[in-house]
Amino acid sequence: MTKAPQKQGEFYQRDRRWHPPAYATDYKTSVARSPKLALISLENTASEITGPRFGHSDITPIDNDLLSNYAQPDQSPIGERIIVHGRVLDENARPVPNTLVEIWQANASGRYRHKKDAYLGAIDPNFGGCGRTMTDENGYYYFRTVKPGAYPWRNWVNDWRPAHIHVSIFGSGFAQRLITQLYFEGDPLIKTCPIVATIPDPAAIDQLIARLDMNATIPLDTIAYKFDIVLRGRRSTLFENRLEGN
Amino acid sequence: MPQQSDYLKETPSQTAGPYVHIGLAPGAAGFEIYDQELGQDIAGPNAKGERIRVEGLVIDGIGSPVKDVLLEVWQANADGIYPHPEHAGHETVETGFRGWGRVITDFETGEWAFDTVKPGALMGRNGQMMAPHINLWIVARGINVGLNTRLYFDDEAEANAADPVINLVEWEKRRKTLVAKRSERNGQVVYRFDICLQGDDETVFFDI
Repeated sequence: MTKAPQKQGEFYQRDRRWHPPAYATDYKTSVARSPKLALISLENTASEITGPRFGHSDITPIDNDLLSNYAQPDQSPIGERIIVHGRVLDENARPVPNTLVEIWQANASGRYRHKKDAYLGAIDPNFGGCGRTMTDENGYYYFRTVKPGAYPWRNWVNDWRPAHIHVSIFGSGFAQRLITQLYFEGDPLIKTCPIVATIPDPAAIDQLIARLDMNATIPLDTIAYKFDIVLRGRRSTLFENRLEGN
Repeated sequence: MPQQSDYLKETPSQTAGPYVHIGLAPGAAGFEIYDQELGQDIAGPNAKGERIRVEGLVIDGIGSPVKDVLLEVWQANADGIYPHPEHAGHETVETGFRGWGRVITDFETGEWAFDTVKPGALMGRNGQMMAPHINLWIVARGINVGLNTRLYFDDEAEANAADPVINLVEWEKRRKTLVAKRSERNGQVVYRFDICLQGDDETVFFDI
């Protein structure tokens, strides 16, 4: 007997104490860019439960391969070749299929291909630094890239960002929209970084640290890191929520 | 054995940083890498309704334009229907109507603008109609968790007055921060919507 699909309700409220606060004095740029008044709590309506949808026609298969998506023919970027892979799940541990995952990062020298980045680290002619893919039916995604370098930034006089990859994820509803950063297991700069430290709970920081995954490593070729992403979960409608008010 | 929670925790947010443009809007940032840049056409060619432009600034607590913002737009079509399988009537949404878009600010001036159609009113909770609105999500360097707000339209005064979300804002003087101002320029309808991150006119942001 097949079970009828269960109607999904509202998203669980976002745990604001798990996320960084808007105002974090040690991350100086947040000081003038953080709302001072309280957010207004808004129960989900159709505007929050729905969200944009993407398909394979929006992207090309090479978009998830940063080793080749900007490289000259037969060339490849400098740096440690890595695979970043994992699953996108929701808080109920259910896979989030067919959702868009986008990444961007510095090259192996710690330099972004961006007109506002003036760091001494060299631009790599074979590295663009961005990629995108869709999760499969099991919520699985993967990218191939180089491990980004650490780089200095103006905050305190001597701040260095740990190696990181920016990750953007959609989910099925606009309320799940999320941007975060992936760090690498064992990086000593993680514990010095004021941006990492905007997150108050060490367990939440740990959730952003990709783990070395020897089983997914391709011998003599590419090292793998595993990074699972969790988006907000949804209530099952055991009791009817009157979203549409019929 | 103590009871265990089966729930996972949401991945915590981190700032989009100063280089968000190369990741999410590389073409707009002058960097050609993808065949197709996403989020450039919100309404598509077939959308019914009034064609409008929306423009503004994001302003920081010092009163200065923020010049490295990325905004995302999510809206219903002119009939008040989202192109999403969970919204009743979605089969009727015009082909090519995405309802979603992305825009970055001018690096020199901080001005941003996007073209779309004016959305229709739609049903909210408990049988209360929501006035036409566009949902906005704002990320930038210095913003640790993306900010959600809504843009309403000043020529919809009656619908706005009855809107259950605007009316959640206890302070009447703050409600105007959610309302864009209509004008016409060279025959085109333009709505102005400046977003203040802090200060006397701090925009209402929602925890959705």
